[in-house]
Amino acid sequence: MRKRVISRGLVYAVLIIGVIAMLGPFYWMISTSFKPYGETGRFPPTLIPENPTLQNYTAVFNILPLDRFILNTLIVAGSILVGTIFLSSLAGFALARLKLRGKTVIFYGLLAGLMTPLLLLVIPNLVMSFHLGIFNTHLGLILPYIAWNLPIPTFLMASFFSAMPPSLEDAARIDGCSNFKIYYKIMLPLSKPMIATVAIFTWLYGWDELMWALTVTSTTAMRTFPVGLTMFQAGPYQMYWNLITAAATIGFVFIVGLFLALRKYFMPTGAIAGIKG
Amino acid sequence: MRQVNKIVFENVTKKFGKVVAVNNLNLKVKNGKFVVLLGPSGCGKTTTLRLIAGLEEVREGNIYIGNRLVNDLEPKERGIAMVFQDYALYPHMKVFDNMAFGLRNLGTPKEEIRKKVKWAAELLQINDLLDRKPAQLSGGQKQRVAVGRAIVREPEVFLMDEPLSNLDAKLRVTMRRELHKLQRKLEVTTLYVTHDQVEAMSLGDQIVLLRDGTVQQIGSPHDLYAHPKNKFVAGFIGAPAMNFLECDVVEKHGRFFLCADSFILPLNQKIKDSIMQVSEPKIVLGVRPDDISIVSGKQKNAIQVKIEVIESLGAENLAYSTMDGDSLVFKLEPASKVKVGEKVRILFEKIHLFDKNTENVIY
Repeated sequence: MRKRVISRGLVYAVLIIGVIAMLGPFYWMISTSFKPYGETGRFPPTLIPENPTLQNYTAVFNILPLDRFILNTLIVAGSILVGTIFLSSLAGFALARLKLRGKTVIFYGLLAGLMTPLLLLVIPNLVMSFHLGIFNTHLGLILPYIAWNLPIPTFLMASFFSAMPPSLEDAARIDGCSNFKIYYKIMLPLSKPMIATVAIFTWLYGWDELMWALTVTSTTAMRTFPVGLTMFQAGPYQMYWNLITAAATIGFVFIVGLFLALRKYFMPTGAIAGIKG
Repeated sequence: MRQVNKIVFENVTKKFGKVVAVNNLNLKVKNGKFVVLLGPSGCGKTTTLRLIAGLEEVREGNIYIGNRLVNDLEPKERGIAMVFQDYALYPHMKVFDNMAFGLRNLGTPKEEIRKKVKWAAELLQINDLLDRKPAQLSGGQKQRVAVGRAIVREPEVFLMDEPLSNLDAKLRVTMRRELHKLQRKLEVTTLYVTHDQVEAMSLGDQIVLLRDGTVQQIGSPHDLYAHPKNKFVAGFIGAPAMNFLECDVVEKHGRFFLCADSFILPLNQKIKDSIMQVSEPKIVLGVRPDDISIVSGKQKNAIQVKIEVIESLGAENLAYSTMDGDSLVFKLEPASKVKVGEKVRILFEKIHLFDKNTENVIY
């Protein structure tokens, strides 16, 4: 009995440490965002702001066009989201379900795309964006993001579609569906849980990406949210932690918001319950 | 005018790579008939069904449905409906939408769709399930919906691919009877695939028995049972399966005998004439368990065997024995007092003879 209490206590201790490690940084971010500048560098640090203020939240919009950064990121992340889901589901369906010549080559091509470090692609893509006239435009951000992001979602969608019973497709064909109709009337509605997963990862990617956004945009009006965050750095030795954390907290809301909106699709579903007894 | 043949296969061959799934199939299915494609796994029965449905491409030969050559037609243009082994209901659609989906794709007016679905739902007694999703249905209910989805389109031909094999034994018997009744009522030509010979015998007007893509025999259930064309058909149809015993044909003083280590049976004139056609002296004797009876006393041509196992099935008992290394099974009366280990004398009341090499029937 005593042993059980001790082992249970240990389990809880480990779990609590884990929770602190996970949530600690978030708490620190939110707490700092309510501190005045003078309190952010104090030692020992204050866990709860002594003089809580909302000023940081108005200041971030006054000092820099944070609303513009957010809008840019919403446009970019939203476009990648739609583009990735559309293309990865179509490609996944084709790879999983259609009789295609050169399917293996396409698969290996995707695999190669997965294994190429993004850093290698930055310079060639930058040159391409100049040539295409999309440097410092939304399209200059969106197109490469979709291309870079596509392999994993395509793999995920293809494996999801391969697991669907072939009889569903046969039934739809007998019911008069073309390949495209099978895709959007049967396969797509059934792949909602996988689409939600792809959506979250794509959104995170679009919302967080810094390196390419920093490279391909040149004017403040075209900067994205992550690039904007770095602009709160006053100089090499001075950080406005209160402003950075306030802006980061605002950005955090957009990610949590999407997760909450798609939450129900992450629950186990009876996706293929129409099959068998 | 009602055409006589609803489905015609003309020299149809289907290959997957080097594997021949269907080999030169010629088949005529009469209008309104219930035809069962029967055979073991991998015999090509499902491929045959899929060829009619248009789910597999016909490369060699021709398929006609109602006088129309359908080789190059899309599934929806063939006037067929199919019920799948795993039902293949669309999980995200309600029962009503599952049944209406095909009609909507055909551009049927809304009101007509509603009427047709209602008619089919009433026929199958699933009216109260129309608002449910497939996940909320039991196996039997899913089965009915799958059938409903097929009949709602009023097809020229029903195709059923082992539709009962996912149901439990009791429900399978009930659904089998209902399918039979439904087919009789609608009089729609039906092609039904199964590996279960009991299902085939009880449902089919005609059975097409396949093996390795080749038709072994086409005929009524009784034909296949009573007059099998070869050893495979004889062994496949009937439960328990036919007993096979290897023996030699011996001629003595102008009379012919079947000889094995444990018995010698004289052959009558009719059998003798058939045997004269065969050059090989080795033949296979086939006897159905129903055609073996236990006799008492010193009946002529009776053979002595030792009972090794008795299985009680309620209405009848099965006795197992061995004869010259081949196993032998026969039926016992439920009231029979025969015990395991006992020696009894049995008589073959009706026999079949097969060529040992070609396995074709001799008699």
